[in-house]
Amino acid sequence: MPSVPDLRRDFPALHQQVNGRPLAYLDNAATTQKPRAVIDAIVGFYERDNSNVHRGLHALSMRATRAYEGARERVARFIGAADAAEVVFTRGTTESVNLVARGLAATLKPGDVILATEMEHHSNLLPWQQAARRSGAELRLVPVTGADAEGGLDSAALATLLTPAVKVFAFTHGSNTLGTVNPAAELCARARAVGAVTVLDAAQTVGHGAFDVRQLGADFTAFSGHKMCGPTGIGVLYGRRELLDRLEPDETGGGMVAQAGFTESRWKPAPERHEAGTPHVAGAIGLAAACDYLEAAGREAIAAHDAALARLAFDQLAQLPGIRLLGPRGPRGGLVSFAFADVHAHDVVTLADEDGIALRGGHHCNQPLMRKLGLASTTRASFYLYNTEEEVARMVASLRRVLRFFGVA
Amino acid sequence: MSGDLTELYQQVILDHNKRPRNRGRLPTATRVAHGDNPTCGDQCSVYVRLDGDRIAEISFDGAGCAISQASASLMTTQVKGKTATEVKGLYDAFHHIVTTGEAPAEISDLAAFAGVHAFPARIKCATLGWHAVLNALNGDAVPATTETRAD
Repeated sequence: MPSVPDLRRDFPALHQQVNGRPLAYLDNAATTQKPRAVIDAIVGFYERDNSNVHRGLHALSMRATRAYEGARERVARFIGAADAAEVVFTRGTTESVNLVARGLAATLKPGDVILATEMEHHSNLLPWQQAARRSGAELRLVPVTGADAEGGLDSAALATLLTPAVKVFAFTHGSNTLGTVNPAAELCARARAVGAVTVLDAAQTVGHGAFDVRQLGADFTAFSGHKMCGPTGIGVLYGRRELLDRLEPDETGGGMVAQAGFTESRWKPAPERHEAGTPHVAGAIGLAAACDYLEAAGREAIAAHDAALARLAFDQLAQLPGIRLLGPRGPRGGLVSFAFADVHAHDVVTLADEDGIALRGGHHCNQPLMRKLGLASTTRASFYLYNTEEEVARMVASLRRVLRFFGVA
Repeated sequence: MSGDLTELYQQVILDHNKRPRNRGRLPTATRVAHGDNPTCGDQCSVYVRLDGDRIAEISFDGAGCAISQASASLMTTQVKGKTATEVKGLYDAFHHIVTTGEAPAEISDLAAFAGVHAFPARIKCATLGWHAVLNALNGDAVPATTETRAD
């Protein structure tokens, strides 16, 4: 990985003062900042090649189509897909999960089980609640263990839950609330052994390290561009080709139809089958530029950098009075999530912002898990390739000030 | 600490947050309403015992940020003895204070929340307890939620 000061120069938004202090952007699990290369790719498309894709024969349309399909191939390589047709562009993780959940719901019936976990983001939980409601299948959840969820998913409970009745197993690769990284390859293999289709929420992991869908063995994988240096409004549903080609489209309209009649139509195969309407061409091009950028920075190195900062933050935060740290005690993804007994996360975030430090406070779209842990909210610091040890130190110093302000320490 | 932040976390607010008034369930309550703020998970239940059309006793219970809890606490001290119409009048004055930062001279303690106006995301925190008490007085069975009401 290039040096962090060098990398930071690539990110215009990092170089600003917030409340008179240099910005320390520690909210990367929500969204990451964008490097100049991604911004330029998007601007370049709009300035030179802007046109609608696929149906045009003029020069700009051909250029736009080439760039859009090139982006699909770039993303396919980035995630190790066998075939670019296995990459469906969506608006983001949420749309990806909804698309696959609706499609699979059509194949489910009463008596079937959809298995998810207690650590799912709402975006990988609510679509399955809907799928269960629609199909009559039952939604069951793999419990999280430990008072602070430090034990991760309950492997023994999973063994009991994974019966042949399970048709779908949807789970997150990296928890946005706990920092847990689940053993995705092992979980996919266990699900496959009972014949379940696996759906992996990789929003927190694709851009944070090496990632290969074939090694992981997930049937479907969902992620967002904006959490990996790409633009908002673009994401991916990866699916194994034969599954994507069978999956009923969620949306119908232009671009996805093979033969349209007045009363009946036939769909194209994947990926077009799942991309009705004009796609987010500029977004896909921006995402491809983000893939280039992250690959050049070194994906293993990014993972090591994020994990080292999270370790440092975890160990230093553990020394603060009255703090409760969530998630694994050992190796973790690049984030820490914590709560103080007497200071609410929103007060923490407001006061840290005064020091130029961007944190996130709330339930992190994980309300049922928060309730189970007896928490209304936590404060979260999440790291990326451009963050520094100095920023971690500034955060800890700021939190000490917060505690003093509220008379806790 | 900047001016804006000192304005937001006034001494009155820190004091009510640390030593909430009228906190806990009211066993004699004749009206109860629950308020929540789904975006941040703040919760507030308000218990009211009416004597005729006036609030004879009031308490609140809940969990949330310093702004929401201090505001609910202060609210309970301001509405005792008032009618529903009077409470609505106070709420309107309070709402004006937190959205504009302007506090009329005759308003005392509630003016501590004037600093909230510089932090638009926190206005819902400040009004949560008020939504709950208004719902309790209206006898609404549904929880007050800051998401469906105008601030």
